[in-house]
Amino acid sequence: MKVIPSKILYIDLSRRRFWIEDRKELFEEWVGGSGVAIKLLEEECPKNANPLEPENPIIFAVGPFTGFYPIASKTVAMFKSPLTGNLGESHCGGRSALAIRMAGYGAIVIKGASETPVYLAIHGEKAYFREASAIWNMANSYTVGRILRDREPGAGARTIMRIGRAGEKLISYACVVTETYRHFGRLGLGAVFGSKKLKAIVVSGRRSLPLVDPKAYREIYKEIFTLLVESPSMKKYHELGTSMNVNPLNELKALPTRNLKEANFDEAEKISGESFAKDFLGRRLACAHCPVSCIHLAALRMPYDSEPYFYKTKMISYDYETIYSLGSMIGIGNPKELLKLLDEVEALGLDAISTGVALAWATEAQEKGLISINETNGLNLKWGDAETYLKAIRFLVNQVNDFYKALGKGIEYASNIYGGKEFALAFGGNEMPGYHTGLAAHLGFLIGSRHSHLDCAGYSIDQKIVATGKKSTIEELTEELINEEAWRQILSSLVICFFARGIYKPELIIKAFKPLGMEFTEDSLKKIGRKILKAKYEFKVREGFKLNKLRIPERIFQTSAPAGEILKESIAKALSLAEEKLTNLP
Amino acid sequence: MIACNRRFGEAGVAKSSIHVRSAGGIERGFIVLVCRACIDPPCMKVCPTNALSKRIGGGVILNSSKCVGCKLCVNACTIGAIFWDEENEKPVICVHCGYCVDYCPYNVIRMEEIS
Repeated sequence: MKVIPSKILYIDLSRRRFWIEDRKELFEEWVGGSGVAIKLLEEECPKNANPLEPENPIIFAVGPFTGFYPIASKTVAMFKSPLTGNLGESHCGGRSALAIRMAGYGAIVIKGASETPVYLAIHGEKAYFREASAIWNMANSYTVGRILRDREPGAGARTIMRIGRAGEKLISYACVVTETYRHFGRLGLGAVFGSKKLKAIVVSGRRSLPLVDPKAYREIYKEIFTLLVESPSMKKYHELGTSMNVNPLNELKALPTRNLKEANFDEAEKISGESFAKDFLGRRLACAHCPVSCIHLAALRMPYDSEPYFYKTKMISYDYETIYSLGSMIGIGNPKELLKLLDEVEALGLDAISTGVALAWATEAQEKGLISINETNGLNLKWGDAETYLKAIRFLVNQVNDFYKALGKGIEYASNIYGGKEFALAFGGNEMPGYHTGLAAHLGFLIGSRHSHLDCAGYSIDQKIVATGKKSTIEELTEELINEEAWRQILSSLVICFFARGIYKPELIIKAFKPLGMEFTEDSLKKIGRKILKAKYEFKVREGFKLNKLRIPERIFQTSAPAGEILKESIAKALSLAEEKLTNLP
Repeated sequence: MIACNRRFGEAGVAKSSIHVRSAGGIERGFIVLVCRACIDPPCMKVCPTNALSKRIGGGVILNSSKCVGCKLCVNACTIGAIFWDEENEKPVICVHCGYCVDYCPYNVIRMEEIS
C-alpha cells in the first residue's frame, strides 16, 4: 500500500457543479504540490489563455507529507499570472494545507467563472456555492474573514481564503489572504479570484490517514520534530522571525532603499526585527502543524481622530519582505507609519512586495518629471511620506485614473507607457524582492520560474561569496542556481516550508517516505525535481516566455552590491547558459 | 492534535481528543480544548448506557462496546472537550496519557496530578 493523496476536487463555477476524481497515478509520478499542480495546469489551462477570463484555472495542491510530518504546512497554488502573463505559482501556509488534506484532497481545481459573487464552502466531500454579494466590495479583508468564521462550521480545522477589494478590481498583483496573516501573495492569484467573482473559499475536514508502519512513523516523526525544535536557525525564525534579516542585510549594503538608488538605509535599525520585537511584538503564531511559529504580529495602538481617549489596537503582521518593500524601498523609517501601510495592504488584499516596489517606481518617476500630479491624482509622492503613500494605495485599488490603472498592471506595464524603465525594478514582470546582494540574486530573479528570491536563493550564494571571498565562474553560478531550483521542486511538492530546507535533506525525506509505503533514492528524487522544473519552464515557453528577451533594469548595474560589480555581459552569458540548461533538463 | 491522533497508529486529526482553535481570529490567540479530568464528570452522569466510568485520578474511561453514539456526553461537557469520531460514530475521550505534552515545544500543556 502507498499512502498518497489521490483525490482531486473539481469545481466548475460556471455551471455550479463539483465532482471528485481519483488520480493516484498523477500523484505517484509527480509527488504532489508543485509537481502535480504544473501537470494539472497543463491539462486545464488552454494555450494563450487570458489570465482574467474563465478559461484560466486555479489549482491548489498539497503533498504526501501534508498531515503526516511537521512543517509540511504549505499549499501550492498555480494559475496563469495576470502580472507576468505566464506561470503563476504562489505558496501559502496558515491552515490551508492541513485543511485541504483533512477534507480528503490532494488537489482542488477551480474552473470557469460565476456571474455573481460567490464563495465556496468545502466541508469534506461536499462543496457548497454560497451567495457572496453581501461581502463583495467590503472595505476590509479582515471583516470578510470574521463573517465567514461565524457563518461556517469547522473551527480549528479549516482555512478561510479570501480576497480584498484589490482582487475584485483585478489589480494584477492582488493577493489571496488566508487566516488573515498568511498569503498566496505573489503573481496575482487575487485578481484571478476576482475575475471569477470568487470572493472566498472555506475548506474544512477532520479525517485520519492510514499508515503502513505506525511504529516507524512515530519514530521518524519524533526525529524530525526534535531537529526542528532544536535547530538554531528555526530558533531564530521563532524569536525575531524573518525580519531578523533587516539589520544584517543593511549592514551588508544589500537592502534595497529608495527604489534601489541605494542599498543601505540610514533608518533601518528603527524598522529592524529587533526594534519591532522590543516595541511592538504582540503575538507569535504558527501555521498548522509547524512547531516553529515564525509569524510575528505587531500590536499597534491607534487613536481615533474623533474624540480623546478613544483607541483601537490592531494586530498587524510583519516580515522581512514587507519591511523592505513598504519600508526601506520607499524610505519609510518610522515603524508606526510602516505598520499602517502594512495594515492597509492587508485590508485591501494587495501583494505587499509589488505594491511597495510600484510606489517606489512611481515616486522616482515623479521626481524625474515623467509623471506629474495630473497622473498621481494630486499627490506629491515623497520618500518616507507614509500619509501620501496611503492615499496612493487607495487610489490604486480604486483605479481612479489611467495612471493608477496602468500601475495596477505592474511596473513593467506602467513603465512601458510612462517611461522610467531603467529604474522599474521588475524581473520577468514581477516586482523585485528585497535582496541586492549581487549577481546571483538578480540572476535568480531572472531565471527562476516564479521570478522570486525563493526559486533558487541567489542571495545566499552572494552572501557566501561575500563571506569567503571565493567567486564562482558564470557557468558554476548558473549551474548552482538551476540545481537549487530543481531540488526545491521536491520540497514544494511534498510540500515542505522552505525554512526547513536544511532539515529535510534527501536522506531524511527518503526515510520519512517509508512508513507511507514509498521508496525513493536520492537520485530518483533529484530526477523528479528536474522533471518538474522542466515542466514549469516548458509551460512558460508555451505561453511566450523567452529568457533572452527579459528586460534587465539598468539600476542594478548602477548601485553597488556587496558580492561585487554586476556586469551586463555576465548576465547575458548566464541567460544563454540557463536557456540551454533548462531546455535540456533530463 | 496530531500527536494525539498518532497514538492510534494513524496520522491526521479525526481521533484527536485535544483540539485547538482560534479565540475569534488568530490575532486573539488560541484556545486549547482538552479534558480537565473532572473529579465529578458531567459527561458520565448523562450517559444512558453507563459506557463512561470514573477514571482514577480524574476524568472518565469509555467502554466503546456499551456506547450507542447518542452524543449526550458531548453536549454535557461544559468546556467542550469531548469530540466526535465521525468515522466510528463514537466520542473521542482523553485518556490522560500525556503523549501530547512532549510535542508542545512552548509548554502550553502539561500533566498535573489531581489529589
